[in-house]
Amino acid sequence: MSAFNEDTLAELIGALPPAPEAWVRAAQELPVARSQFDGIVARAEADAEFRQALIADLEATLAQEGYEPERPLLDALRRRFADS
Amino acid sequence: MTETVSAAQLVARCRNGDQEAWAGLVERFSRYVYAIATQGFRLREHDAEDVFQEVFAKVYERLDSLRSDEAIQPWIAQLTRRVCVDRLRAGSREETTDETELAADPDEDAIARIDEALDVHDAMAGLPENCREILDRFFARDETYRTIGDALELPAGTIASRISRCLVKLRDELEGRKPVPAQSGGQVSV
Repeated sequence: MSAFNEDTLAELIGALPPAPEAWVRAAQELPVARSQFDGIVARAEADAEFRQALIADLEATLAQEGYEPERPLLDALRRRFADS
Repeated sequence: MTETVSAAQLVARCRNGDQEAWAGLVERFSRYVYAIATQGFRLREHDAEDVFQEVFAKVYERLDSLRSDEAIQPWIAQLTRRVCVDRLRAGSREETTDETELAADPDEDAIARIDEALDVHDAMAGLPENCREILDRFFARDETYRTIGDALELPAGTIASRISRCLVKLRDELEGRKPVPAQSGGQVSV
């Protein structure tokens, strides 16, 4: 950085507006989502009926089972069951 | 913004499974990833959201492959670029427009400015809380004097002079950091 005049500083502060809060929160919850993911996959591998329900309607099945269907968890499960 | 610990320290804590550190790491780089996606690659909001989540998912999965904790910023930048390009290529396969092909070339000037901006935001961590808050609200969040005054319980008529004083403090903070060490150590493993 070559110059620290006020206009430049103002411009650079403004160059990084906050990301939408919901995006940040979802990313921050990744560790929880990963832990839930492992449990759900293990159960789906052992319980064919549960697995079919997940494939048929992921969000509704998770909600029914008491999971918060947050985006990181949904994305990971969709990728996991994409080829089913 | 609560950047009282270094990014490298946060990385080290994340490796030990510290979820609070992970939340801090996301907070610290959220603006950076968002800016690269939306300003550097001009992604639409929906695509930018997908990129944002994918980048942090990859960071979480691959943190152990980072050879040096100090290299977290260039590593995240590189990951974000790659995910943006993949996203644009996937989009162009579906839409086959010249526009998406052109957009796969990032605006390098914008990305250089984003890197500089991150340095400035890091320097803001060295300012008193009230200065950080007022500068961020006015310049990054585009809030009016009235909104800032209401939120911080300050007379709106004093906001302009406070901003000016805080900018001087920020400049002093940055001057004190010179020379700025190179942040890219070439220790990047994606």
